[in-house]
Amino acid sequence: MLAYSIRRVVQSIVVLLVVGLVAFSMFRFVGDPIDNMLGQERTDADIERLRGELGLDRPFVVQYGRFLTNAATGNLGVSYRQGRPVASILMERAPATLELAAVSGLFAIVLGVALGVFTAIRRNGIAANLIMTISLVGVSLPTFLIGILLIYLFAVELGWLPSFGRGDTVKLGGWSTGFLTSSGLKALILPSITLGLYQMTLIMRLVRSEMLEVLRAEYIRFARARGLRERAINFHHALKNTLVPVITVTGLQLGSIIAFAIITETVFQWPGVGLLFINAIQFVDIPVMAAYLMLISVMFVGINLIVDLLYFAIDPRLRVDRTVTEG
Amino acid sequence: MEMPVLSVRDLVVEIPTRHAVLRPVNGVTFDLHRGEILGMVGESGAGKSMTGNAVIGLLDRPARIAGGEILLNGERIDQLHGEELRRLRGKHIGMVFQDPLTSLNPLLTIGEQLTETITEHLNVSAAEARQRAVDGLREVGIPAAEQRMDAYPHQFSGGMRQRVVIALALCAEPSLIIADEPTTALDVSVQAQIIALLKRLCRERGTAVMLITHDMGVIAETADRVAVLYAGRMAELGLARDVLTQPNHPYTIGLMGSTPLASAGRARLYQIDGSMPRLDALPSGCAFNPRCSRAQSKCSQDPSPSLAAHQDRAACWFGGENAQ
Repeated sequence: MLAYSIRRVVQSIVVLLVVGLVAFSMFRFVGDPIDNMLGQERTDADIERLRGELGLDRPFVVQYGRFLTNAATGNLGVSYRQGRPVASILMERAPATLELAAVSGLFAIVLGVALGVFTAIRRNGIAANLIMTISLVGVSLPTFLIGILLIYLFAVELGWLPSFGRGDTVKLGGWSTGFLTSSGLKALILPSITLGLYQMTLIMRLVRSEMLEVLRAEYIRFARARGLRERAINFHHALKNTLVPVITVTGLQLGSIIAFAIITETVFQWPGVGLLFINAIQFVDIPVMAAYLMLISVMFVGINLIVDLLYFAIDPRLRVDRTVTEG
Repeated sequence: MEMPVLSVRDLVVEIPTRHAVLRPVNGVTFDLHRGEILGMVGESGAGKSMTGNAVIGLLDRPARIAGGEILLNGERIDQLHGEELRRLRGKHIGMVFQDPLTSLNPLLTIGEQLTETITEHLNVSAAEARQRAVDGLREVGIPAAEQRMDAYPHQFSGGMRQRVVIALALCAEPSLIIADEPTTALDVSVQAQIIALLKRLCRERGTAVMLITHDMGVIAETADRVAVLYAGRMAELGLARDVLTQPNHPYTIGLMGSTPLASAGRARLYQIDGSMPRLDALPSGCAFNPRCSRAQSKCSQDPSPSLAAHQDRAACWFGGENAQ
């Protein structure tokens, strides 16, 4: 298991290095940053001077090496547009996105697993079929449309929930949280549902089909024959056996929750890194774009690493066998 | 005479299909006494497993009990539902499945699976449940039972797993065990051990066993009495030594003739012509008559011959007198 873990960590680092290369090459190939930084009234001398100051006259490999070491120490460059270090801009924005992603991830997993189990156990019931039909809507409607519909219903027509922003936030050290104020919590509801709905329906459908498969297994019959309670059979015996594939997909989905947050944040004007990224694209603010790319990939790779290690916690067959009896 | 542990009377299991109602079990009747092992034989689809599943209430829908009675220790159990049925399973009727590789939950330790069954049915503390589980494993011959409690099923070989399955079936001390082809999926060398183990444990505890198999060798070694099923009906029922050595029903005669025995010096095995009829195309009268060499006009007439539990041994118009 240790060897496996080390191998997975090394793989993760390789992935991050490749993403770093892509992020870095944006600086060189998506326009010349010097053009953006100096105005119309520039001279060739200005250009050369700035090029020297920024180290852009050095060889590619040297620049990439510097980029990596800087990124590793938290120095992600300076935003072209805001003139401030990208790292501190990200630090301001990240809590909003992470809180949104956490709440929608929780919503997707809890409701997805619960409804998946329910629709599998009551697979011929009216309620289960209704849920399955409605879930098709969740899978097929695009995120922005769901967001706009929710805003129209709950913010415009009913006036129950805010249509944009994070509400009031409280500073805890460097972290601004919306969890501690009622307006902050209210503001989380619509964006979280918008962001998590697709994932929720996906997890639900996956859990349902896995459950149906497992419920046909011989050990479930045997558990019945031993007179165990239905609840123990469904939640202890069956659900546990559905978890490995569910965790794989859920892990990937959590990564994409953070990535898809761009759309939801734009619809709800949520002050997170996604909105920052959209604005950065409009201004060709490459350091911000590169840093965003790196941040997302770190999260993606991190989540996948955790998922791979979780398999061991769930499935004993993957752990090293020290004792095998013959006979 | 003491009350039988299990008493099945005219059991009928039906599967409604779009075209017709099939009867995979039709009028099965037998008694099973304390400490007795009843072998149920017949080819695939004869209704052996279906009978077993009906007794423990594990028929898969849409199959259902459509007639007859099942009595366990004198009480009707064929009409129980849900919670009552669940309390019965494991506690009063244990079951051993065919394939030990798939009948244990791969993600739970065998200790967990044993203790959950014990605490479900017996009113004991967690520590006592664990102790009983360890004792159970020791009884079925798992070496180092104490340490093996925390092992997962994949860490056992097939034969060892079937021992664990037997421990699980017996752990709440049921009065009846239904063993559905318990050795079919095992190595030949392990089969004998498992059968001997099952036989010994049930003798010691006085547990009645309904042994479903198509292996005549297993029957000969283990069973006290034998029930032969054909197309959902009882063909013959009697003491194992009588049925095996002097079969009365033409089907049993054919079945015995087609079984390779080490002692018999016969060069060629007998073959019953044709195959068992499909349930939606049963012949009228005796279901075996199209394949029977002794069939006469009477055999294809309704009603088909029946076998009353304690009178005739074979459900054949010419049973007794036509036997060799």
